[in-house]
Amino acid sequence: MSAVGPMGAGSRPSIAVLRAELDKRNVSAVELAERYLARIAAESVLNAFLHVDEARTLAEARAADARLAAGEKLPLLGIPVAHKDIFVTRGWRSTAGSKMLAGYTSPFDATVVERLRAAGMVCLGKLNCDEFAMGSSNENSAFGPVQNPWDRDRVPGGTSGASAAVVAAGLSPAATGTDTGGSLRQPAAMCGVTAIKPTYGRVSRYGMIAFASSLDQGGPMAQSAADCALLLAAMAGFDPRDSTSIDRAAEDYRALPPAAGLRIGVPKEFFGEGLAADVAAAVHASLREFERLGATLVDISLPRTKLSIPAYYVIAPAEASSNLSRFDGVRYGHRAADYDDLTEMMARSRAEGFGAEVKRRIFTGTFVLSHGYYDAYYLQAQKVRRLIAQDFQDAFRSCDLIMGPVAPTTAWKLGDKSKDPVAMYLEDIFTLGVSLAGLPGMSVPCGQGAGNLPVGLQIIGNYFDESRMLGAAHQFQQSTDWHTLRPPGAAA
Amino acid sequence: MHLTPAQLRRIAHLSRIEVSAADLDRLGTELTGIFDLIEQLQAVDTSGIVPLSHPLAVIEEMPLRLREDVVDEIDRREANLGQAPQTENGLFLVPKVIE
Repeated sequence: MSAVGPMGAGSRPSIAVLRAELDKRNVSAVELAERYLARIAAESVLNAFLHVDEARTLAEARAADARLAAGEKLPLLGIPVAHKDIFVTRGWRSTAGSKMLAGYTSPFDATVVERLRAAGMVCLGKLNCDEFAMGSSNENSAFGPVQNPWDRDRVPGGTSGASAAVVAAGLSPAATGTDTGGSLRQPAAMCGVTAIKPTYGRVSRYGMIAFASSLDQGGPMAQSAADCALLLAAMAGFDPRDSTSIDRAAEDYRALPPAAGLRIGVPKEFFGEGLAADVAAAVHASLREFERLGATLVDISLPRTKLSIPAYYVIAPAEASSNLSRFDGVRYGHRAADYDDLTEMMARSRAEGFGAEVKRRIFTGTFVLSHGYYDAYYLQAQKVRRLIAQDFQDAFRSCDLIMGPVAPTTAWKLGDKSKDPVAMYLEDIFTLGVSLAGLPGMSVPCGQGAGNLPVGLQIIGNYFDESRMLGAAHQFQQSTDWHTLRPPGAAA
Repeated sequence: MHLTPAQLRRIAHLSRIEVSAADLDRLGTELTGIFDLIEQLQAVDTSGIVPLSHPLAVIEEMPLRLREDVVDEIDRREANLGQAPQTENGLFLVPKVIE
């Protein structure tokens, strides 16, 4: 904590610290919101926010103050949060980072937005992201790339790049994100923050603009596992409006059980060719720390790790081509100015409204679902998906958690990979399998690589094992300080 | 896997995304790279493997939920129409389809 107090300039307080300050009446929710809004304005160069509305934020903060004054006790009451602009919001813009939805305002709130507001969180605004959550660097946004606060010439990762950037830079203590193939975990790793993608079906997809429905999953980003546990507890839960929402009894994510006695599986495929030496060193050091905490390391194999890339890049585009067919220039979204007939209106509206990567995925998905190719590509990918998911189940027979790197490298330079779609896809190698299997995955800051860039440790759990993952991450963060390191000049 | 211009035009048409003749070459190169990547799946022996569409179905049956057949949506007719590029008499307006 900085010498000027928990909310002073240059500080980046956790949710727990803010909670204590609010409860002691050292600060009001309105004052807190004002301080974060000032930081957001001072750091607009990051290009992290697509929509800020001070009046709306302060109105939410006043409502939180009224609930506090009335004696309500909720862990997140009065705490600010920023939402990835994949979650639709009434009153705020909802663009999905796309020109297609540049002028769209949603008539309803996503379940996640609704739940966090009910929990008393104050919305600071909507966050930039790759268009329709497709990408690995946040460079696919129609509204420009986001800078990594650790090195302004580098990408923050993607697709929840701004979610990670604002938490790292201290512009918000918490952010929501979504993860279809690594979009929470990879930017969290590249910006040095903590994130959890829960088991598929834990967090409602209602009002989360759909990319690939069998993979999409929302989750929180914050500075620590303990903060993520508070956020996940508020976000998760059965929602009848999401047909794949899991109907299970609520669990206490805040229990944070210790790591002692855990068997940690270390997949050899995650440490082979292509893994940068600085990332490998940081991940190995953190595995030794878990041994010191009383866990044992077990060698495991996830033999189809490499196949997760082609399987994902068939299944995700196939679902995307179907989901994005709703953008036709008829009911909402962009419509071209000139056209002769209905087909031309749709085709031209979509050509103008979608960016290059979104189009590539729609084309790919349309092709693999088309007559004559469906069995060979789409069904084959779904069969490989089962093999990949089964590999994880086989591995979990000899371990409780799996750990390895989140991404092969630290954050790369803006523009370095944006011209080569396949090079970008290959960066997703360690996160895609977890998504295809629907397993929960975390990213936890675990060291620094060359140039002091953050490295993330991936913690993979079996289905519904979020509590164990959060507990292990929390204990790691009790004995290390990687998660407390701040980018140079952040929130100054 | 090389895609012919005719194949590319067919994909663009099925996708309802206009592609100019000038862009067709670049698209062909990009998609060829992606299809070379996904072509790796062909080498995998998947005989006897059932496709997995819901990830959790690998551990348990995931039947779709049924609900009572009742109206539970809020009427947002005006708000929904308000997002449309063109409406008339409470209807979405599109170019004439049938002469």
